[in-house]
Amino acid sequence: MSAPQSMSTAPAHDATLDVARIRAEFPILSQKIHGKRLVYLDNAASVQKPQSVLDAITDCYSRYYANIHRGVYLLSERSTTAYEGAREKVRAFLNAASAQEIIFTRGTTESINLVASSFGGSTLQAGDEILITGMEHHSNIVPWQLLCQRTGAALKVVPFTDAGELLLDEYQRLLDSGRVKLVAFVHVSNALGTINPAKTLIDLAHARDVPVLVDGAQAVAHLPVDMQALDCDFYAFSSHKIYGPSGVGVLYGKQALLEAMPPYQGGGDMIRLVTFEKTDYADLPNKFEAGTPNIAGVIGLGAALDWLNALGLAAVAAHEHALLEYATAQLSAIPGLHIMGTARNKAALVAFTLRGAHPHDIGTILDREGIAIRAGHHCAQPVMQRYGVPATARASFAAYNTRDEVDALVTALWKVKELFE
Amino acid sequence: MSDLRDLYQEVILDHNKRPRNFRILPEPTHKADGVNPLCGDRVSVFLDIQDGIIKDIAFQGAGCAISSASASLMTETLKGKPVAEVDHLFDAFHDVVTTDCACPKGLGKLGVLAGVRDYPSRVKCATLAWHAVRAALQQRQQPVATE
Ligand SMILES: Cc1ncc(COP(=O)(O)O)c(C=O)c1O
Repeated sequence: MSAPQSMSTAPAHDATLDVARIRAEFPILSQKIHGKRLVYLDNAASVQKPQSVLDAITDCYSRYYANIHRGVYLLSERSTTAYEGAREKVRAFLNAASAQEIIFTRGTTESINLVASSFGGSTLQAGDEILITGMEHHSNIVPWQLLCQRTGAALKVVPFTDAGELLLDEYQRLLDSGRVKLVAFVHVSNALGTINPAKTLIDLAHARDVPVLVDGAQAVAHLPVDMQALDCDFYAFSSHKIYGPSGVGVLYGKQALLEAMPPYQGGGDMIRLVTFEKTDYADLPNKFEAGTPNIAGVIGLGAALDWLNALGLAAVAAHEHALLEYATAQLSAIPGLHIMGTARNKAALVAFTLRGAHPHDIGTILDREGIAIRAGHHCAQPVMQRYGVPATARASFAAYNTRDEVDALVTALWKVKELFE
Repeated sequence: MSDLRDLYQEVILDHNKRPRNFRILPEPTHKADGVNPLCGDRVSVFLDIQDGIIKDIAFQGAGCAISSASASLMTETLKGKPVAEVDHLFDAFHDVVTTDCACPKGLGKLGVLAGVRDYPSRVKCATLAWHAVRAALQQRQQPVATE
């Protein structure tokens, strides 16, 4: 095992979280599962929600809910203000240059499909190449495959090492074909935990005038991201992985690119003027937000960002990194346990296999101990193929997890071993 | 752990570790693959059917303890049985892993999988090999999926 290095984003000073106080803000965490206290370690799949997010959603529906951008009456104005206020919160969170660059979607998946369909569909031709990495989630593979089928473009894949680190030489070599028209890569791998060197990958692509989309689904809740510093062209993430409600996502896009792109879906709210001859599209961001959006969900996301900002992402990152180091050490001590993904720069998740026990069986047994982990291919089947395993078990951490919970995981894994040995 | 022992009974653990009929039939009269897209489990089943009787049956594949043991136990149960009984046995087995019914005699040791009924997310693991057998009997070319 390579010792996990200090994350580049972790603060130098000793930031600590009051985890007991944080846990008290999550009503779901206080329950028992099969008579055992819940140990929720499936945060890479979805994160639980603090009371302030639940309150923001209830508050919207019980006090000022109405459709947005349409009514001249007070409730509609208040809903519109709250909705647009959330957009500004997302802008500030990402340090985007303008709130017009923030598009609300249903999630990372829809954000990527929007870019594939609108940007890809209007710029790619037969013979062009789209470059992704070997550690993508299916949602950053399949939209590009569909686009390739439609346009005759080809999908190229950057390989990675056994530790789970991208081969930058290979990346450069693939860029050098001169045919690459778009790079799309995962910021933090949900299957391995690898934090990819986003800035380097973006700069290398830009040196060849190639625009870049970053799948930030696993990144935003765990490390600070800054659109202007990264200089990526598109950035996608999901609300439900950053303490917000499900059904909402974000696409950040550089204004000039978004302005040049055709709409993704047609409908209400995305037009300036419709006659049966011709439609003038609305300005950004409305051009890409056809129809009534998830109003309360977007407002809930805004509350989630407020909550996270109050904790401080740097403190959260430091806390999670300490958990990662502890979990890595404890799990490595279990004979027959093999950790998949040992990148030097790694987010707080541990994917592993255990000799003699299939991940599914591990998942079931841990569930009976109250421990929720993920078992399967994590929507990253090419990663499983890369390592020649059908599936892995994965424990992933959030701000509310504790060392005690890592201990509970380790104890339960010993029980799994007992059963299967 | 007592309730876990209901699921992971000794017979299941044993068949998981030492699956019976775990081989390839060189000249099967029928074969098919089954996949569970949810977890990536795969099983291939091979049958040698003569005069409407399952003379030999074998399987290969990688999966969890439930799917491996279920496939292994299934081969023991089906060997020597008339093909005409397979559908009926599958239905009976499906009832065993999804309802409170008692296990009918014809299923042999497969009754040890009854514990699966308390784990709805695992029913597909238990039935994967059966789906593959059915597909093999229908001579389907595409792998059959549990989803
Ligand atoms: C790296 C990565 N990309 C994309 C997604 C898809 O996100 P969503 O299902 O919220 O659209 C996920 C979620 O599992 C993910 O982990």
